[in-house]
Amino acid sequence: MTGKKMRIIVLVKQVPDTTEIKLNPKTGSLEREGVKSILNPDDRHAVEAGIRLKEEYGGTVTVLSMGPEQAIDVVSEALGMGGDAGVLLTDRVFAGADTWATSTTLGLAIRKIGSGDLIICGRQAIDGDTAQIGPQVAEMLNLNQATSVCNIHAVEGKKIIVSQRCEEGFKKVRLPLPALLTVTDELNEPRYPLVSSLLDACSGSLPIQCWNAADLGLQASQAGLEGSLTQVIKTFSPKSGRDGELFSGDAKTAVANLVERLRSHQLV
Amino acid sequence: MSTWIDSEKCNGCGRCLKTCPYGAIEMGSDDKARILDNCVSCGACLESCRQGAILTDVQPRSIPDFSRHRDVWVIAEQQHGELHPVTLELLGKARELADILGQTVAALLPGDDSASLAETLVNHGADRVFLLRHPDLRDYRTVVYTDAIEPVVREHRPAILLIGATLQGRDLAPRLARRLQTGLTADCTELSIDEDEKILLQTRPAFGGNVMATIACRYSRPQMATVRPGVMAPVCLPGRDGVVVEIPVAVSPDRLQAEDVIETIRAAGKKISLQAARAIVAGGRGMGSAAAFAELEKLAAVIGAEVAGTRIAVENDWIAAERQVGQTGQTVRPELYIACGISGAVQHRAGMMNSRYIIAVNKDPNAPIFKIADWGIVGDVHQVIPELTAQLQ
Repeated sequence: MTGKKMRIIVLVKQVPDTTEIKLNPKTGSLEREGVKSILNPDDRHAVEAGIRLKEEYGGTVTVLSMGPEQAIDVVSEALGMGGDAGVLLTDRVFAGADTWATSTTLGLAIRKIGSGDLIICGRQAIDGDTAQIGPQVAEMLNLNQATSVCNIHAVEGKKIIVSQRCEEGFKKVRLPLPALLTVTDELNEPRYPLVSSLLDACSGSLPIQCWNAADLGLQASQAGLEGSLTQVIKTFSPKSGRDGELFSGDAKTAVANLVERLRSHQLV
Repeated sequence: MSTWIDSEKCNGCGRCLKTCPYGAIEMGSDDKARILDNCVSCGACLESCRQGAILTDVQPRSIPDFSRHRDVWVIAEQQHGELHPVTLELLGKARELADILGQTVAALLPGDDSASLAETLVNHGADRVFLLRHPDLRDYRTVVYTDAIEPVVREHRPAILLIGATLQGRDLAPRLARRLQTGLTADCTELSIDEDEKILLQTRPAFGGNVMATIACRYSRPQMATVRPGVMAPVCLPGRDGVVVEIPVAVSPDRLQAEDVIETIRAAGKKISLQAARAIVAGGRGMGSAAAFAELEKLAAVIGAEVAGTRIAVENDWIAAERQVGQTGQTVRPELYIACGISGAVQHRAGMMNSRYIIAVNKDPNAPIFKIADWGIVGDVHQVIPELTAQLQ
């Protein structure tokens, strides 16, 4: 970027630590109580990428998230790593949003922030695993996109050069800015947040703004569940209809029984 | 907009707790159901209550008339004139869905000179093949492909549009769905047609594979879904007749600039395709060491199988990461899957539960893997595996 500093916006999400989720054996529903909320792992790499670009080329990093009020924790954490300003989109009408409604909400917020030269997101969130938000925001804002970015090489003038994963291996591409990147955990080693910055974020010294639907000019019918095009109509525990035949006893006999089944089904 | 419980009528049966996709209902200390703050008034619980105790002021959304939207489409993926296997897998599923609906199957193939692939697409279930031919469609580019596909979909109005959840498909599908202003469900493991509404029911793992969620796209068309490679089965239907339609494509130079490919670097080493394997021998935590995996190699050599592992096995360096099966690894569906020392956490099951035959060897008779196995041996893998190898030699 010549003359003008780069405006970077990083999208982050607060997610339940899905590796800790258990099912209630009686009801079959998710036990959400006591499950830690964390900054989505891929998003941590997105924050790191934004800060490194700022350090190298100059500019500002704005951290943007949508979620309940407590999601301010992940915005603070990203500011603790080195972000300059934060925006949390929080409103009851945002609840139950699919990726269509979420990308609409985030897209409007990016416009309100004043667009940007580069939007960086984690490739996917561990609670939904859809990897859809990045490309959908890019399409809404008519930005160039590169997904699964594992290396950011350079910013040259009004272009960025990155490597992304593709079926064959890697693809090195040059994208004109403004552009949106989704990044993988191979990209970098994220730094730890500085305690002093975290304290600044918590005490309100670092600027975090909270915006609701009205701030974005978003009608309730365009947001959350009501503004979604897809709906979850049922959830259930994974199960299979197989009822296996078990062989126990000494290894030789058990294996002989199994081998007989394999042979009769022509599997070996 | 809210939903609440009439506690006079609630008998505390708890059915609504199970149906809530958001975990927003709990049983109060008075044995009456209670709606929590995270309720989004989706209405999924209303029908589950036999007492009529769940009340809501939410007006049902009206569903637009989509009767002009017909047929099941698959976006075919090719590279250097070769089809990605997921394309044929999707066609198999598309054929099944279209037959239920009494509609036809079409494949949309963007590429440079890919007319020779049309016959393969027809032989795997396509009634029509739309060839989008242009020299600049030879290699995948997000914006150029989206621009080329959008007008064809708008003109022909398919009811359902399926895309492989490859790296390319996961880049293209959300961009295209947003352009077409329609809903998209990622990484479906099951697709079916609702008998009453005739809509596509899209089932996928959620919350890291801890639950399965069924998702509907009632308010827009096409109903778009991506499916990971290896989840669906291809069906070969030789001798079928199909129509091949060439569609002219214009690519403007400034759109090409949106993604200027400098170079493509092939990943080093042999690419391992567990998806193509007829048989897989997989090991998990119970194997305990890299040495124990050597026993799996011997068994695999005897029966002509590939070796795979769980996330734990990969994290312990007992096996290479590209051989990981499960939610964060590959999805496989071989004829035969032998799970050794694998307890069967949902994350792993998500990647192998569609295998034709599953065999489990585990010392714990209560391991969840036995619930999805056709045959199982309760015993020590370190004894059972060498014995199995010996008896099969």
